[in-house]
Amino acid sequence: MSATTDPTGTARLHVESATIGYDKRVISEHLSVAIPDESFTVIVGPNACGKSTLLRGLSRLLKPSAGQVVLDGADINSFKTKEVARRVGLLPQTSIAPDGITVAELVARGRYPHQGFMRQWTEADEQAVFRAMHQTAVNDLSGRLVDELSGGQRQRVWVAMALAQHTDILLLDEPTTFLDITHQIELMELFTDLHLVGHTLVAVLHDLNQAARYGTHLIAMKDGQVVAEGAPDEVVTAELVEEVFGLRCLVVPDPVARSPQVVPLGRERSRPKSVGDAAHALARREETL
Amino acid sequence: MSADSPRVDFGHRVLVLRRRRFAVRLDRRSVIVCAVLAAAVACMAVLALMTGSYHLSAAQVVSALAGGESELIHAIVVEWRLPRVAAAVVFGAALGVSGAVFQSLLRNPLADPGIIGFSQGSYTGALIVILVVNGTYLQLVGGALLGGMATAVAVYMLAYRRGVQGFRLIIVGIGVSALLGSLNTWLMIKADLDQAMAAAAWGAGSLYGVSWSQVLVGGACVLVFLLLAGMLSRPLRQMELGDDAAASQGIRVSPVRLGLIVVGVALTATVTAASGPIAFISLVAPQIGRRLARTAGITLAPAAFVGALVCLAADYLAQHVAPTPLPVGIVTVVLGGGYLGYLLFTEARRRL
Repeated sequence: MSATTDPTGTARLHVESATIGYDKRVISEHLSVAIPDESFTVIVGPNACGKSTLLRGLSRLLKPSAGQVVLDGADINSFKTKEVARRVGLLPQTSIAPDGITVAELVARGRYPHQGFMRQWTEADEQAVFRAMHQTAVNDLSGRLVDELSGGQRQRVWVAMALAQHTDILLLDEPTTFLDITHQIELMELFTDLHLVGHTLVAVLHDLNQAARYGTHLIAMKDGQVVAEGAPDEVVTAELVEEVFGLRCLVVPDPVARSPQVVPLGRERSRPKSVGDAAHALARREETL
Repeated sequence: MSADSPRVDFGHRVLVLRRRRFAVRLDRRSVIVCAVLAAAVACMAVLALMTGSYHLSAAQVVSALAGGESELIHAIVVEWRLPRVAAAVVFGAALGVSGAVFQSLLRNPLADPGIIGFSQGSYTGALIVILVVNGTYLQLVGGALLGGMATAVAVYMLAYRRGVQGFRLIIVGIGVSALLGSLNTWLMIKADLDQAMAAAAWGAGSLYGVSWSQVLVGGACVLVFLLLAGMLSRPLRQMELGDDAAASQGIRVSPVRLGLIVVGVALTATVTAASGPIAFISLVAPQIGRRLARTAGITLAPAAFVGALVCLAADYLAQHVAPTPLPVGIVTVVLGGGYLGYLLFTEARRRL
C-alpha cells in the first residue's frame, strides 16, 4: 500500500529520513516522504498525527534534528531564507492583519522576498499583486479594510498574498478551517484551478471527502509516520480509514465527482430508541473513563 | 483594465517613484503628514530660540542661525539655546522610533522599552550610583545604562524559550519591573534627603544644561541607531503579520527580532544617558503618528516626527509656560498620562 512515489529522490521537495519535532518532543522520526512535482498533495490524519509538523518542516519553519528536507536537490537549510521564500510559499494556519491595512496593501506584502531596500515596488511587483488579486477575485475589494471583510473574503485575501509571493510550490495549513461549507468549496476549487495552471500544492486538510475529491495525491499519517500514500482511489478505503482514524466506515463513490467518499458507520442507530438507551450509553462511557 | 501596466488600487493615494535601479511606493498621506510635522518642528524650534529672559524676534533668530547678528545674539541663540532645542528634537525623535519599534514588534499599543524593564533598571542603576557609590554625573550615566541594559538582557533571557514570543516578554517584563520598582522605593526610603532629591531630579528627566558635546555625541549615536531602525523597518513590517507568515516570506525572525530590540533599547538608552529618563514620549508618539498618517500598523517616520514635536513642545512648556521651570519629564508625564487615559477610555468604549 505505502508505495514510494519517488524512489529516486528526484521530486523538487522531499523529506529524507528526518526527525522533526519541538524541543525534545519528537513528532516524527526517520520520516521520508516526497511531494510529487505538480501534484495537489493533501496530507490527512487524526489530530496530533504530525501533519502540520510535516508542513512546518517542508516550509523550513522547523529544522529537522536529524535527516534533511531537500528542495531542488539541496538541503533546504543551505539556502538563503529569501531564496526559499521565492520557491516555497506558505499559507499559515493563523496570520495577523495589522490594524487599518487595506486588501491591496496586505497582498503587496507577499512581494517581500522579491524586493530589496532600493527596489521596494517595481513594475513586476505591481503586476504580481494585480494578478493575484484577480485570480482570487478580491480585486473589487482592493481598497477595502481587511478588518471589514467576511471570513471567506479574508481567507481569499491571505491566499492572494501567498500567490503574490509567486512561488511554484505553495503549502496550505488547514486553509478551510473556520469557513462555512460554501466558502470551503469555493476555496478548494480555487486551489484546483491554481494546481491546473502549474502550481504544486500541499495542503493539510481535516475533511477526508474534500481531500479525496480535490487532491491528486494523498498522504495519510498516523503517529508521526506515513501510513499510506498515492491516488485518492487507492488511499481512501474502509480498511485504511479504520486503521488511521479508528473509525468504522463505508466508502462509496461521490455521486457528483466519483471520488471516494467516507460515510461513518457509527453505531447502528444514530439516535437511540429511547431516553433509557441514551442514558445507558452515557453510563457505559463513564465506566470506560 | 489595461493589460500592460495595471495600477493597483490601495484604497488611498500612493506615490510611486521608479528610476532605473530604484523603485519605491509611498503613502501620499504619510508624506504630507511628515512634511507638515517637520514644518511644525521648525516653527516650534524658532519659537523656542526666540523665547527666554532676553526676547528675540524670529528674524533675529533666523539671521543668527545663518551667521549674522551681533556676537551676543549669536551666543544666545547658537551657544545657549540651540543645544537644548536640538537635544529636544533629536532625543524626541529617538524616543518616538524606540516606542514604535516595540509597539510594532509586540503588537501592543502600550509597549515601549520600559516593558522589558529598561526604565526601572536604569533608575535602579542610577540610584545605586547616587546612594551607594556617591559617584559623579558620568558614573551616574554609566550606572543607569548598565542597570537598564542588564535588566533588558535579563528579561530577554528569562522570556527565552525557542526564541522570544511577544506575550511572554511582556509578562516577564512586568514582573521584573515591579520587582525593581519596589527595590527603587526601598533605596529612596533609605537615602538621606539631599541624595533622594538628586535622584528624583535625575529620575524626572530634564534637558536643562544640555551642552553641545552631549548633543553631538548623543545625536551621532541616535543617527546611527535610527539608520539601523530604518534598515530593519521592512522586516519589522512583515513581522506584524505573525511569525509564521514572516518566516515563510524570507525573514529570519529570531535574529531580526533581537536586532530590533537592541536598536529600540539603544535609542532610549542614548536619551537616558544624556538627559535622564523622559517618560511617555515613546508611548504616545507612535500612536499619534499612526492616527495622523492613517497607516497600516505602526510606521517609524511619523513616530519620529511626532516624537520630536512633542518633546520640543513639552520642553517649551516646562521652561517658559510653567510657573516655575520644570524638568521636561514632568510635562511629558502629564501629557502622556492624559493621552493614556484617553486611549484606555476610547478602547474600552469600542470593545464594549
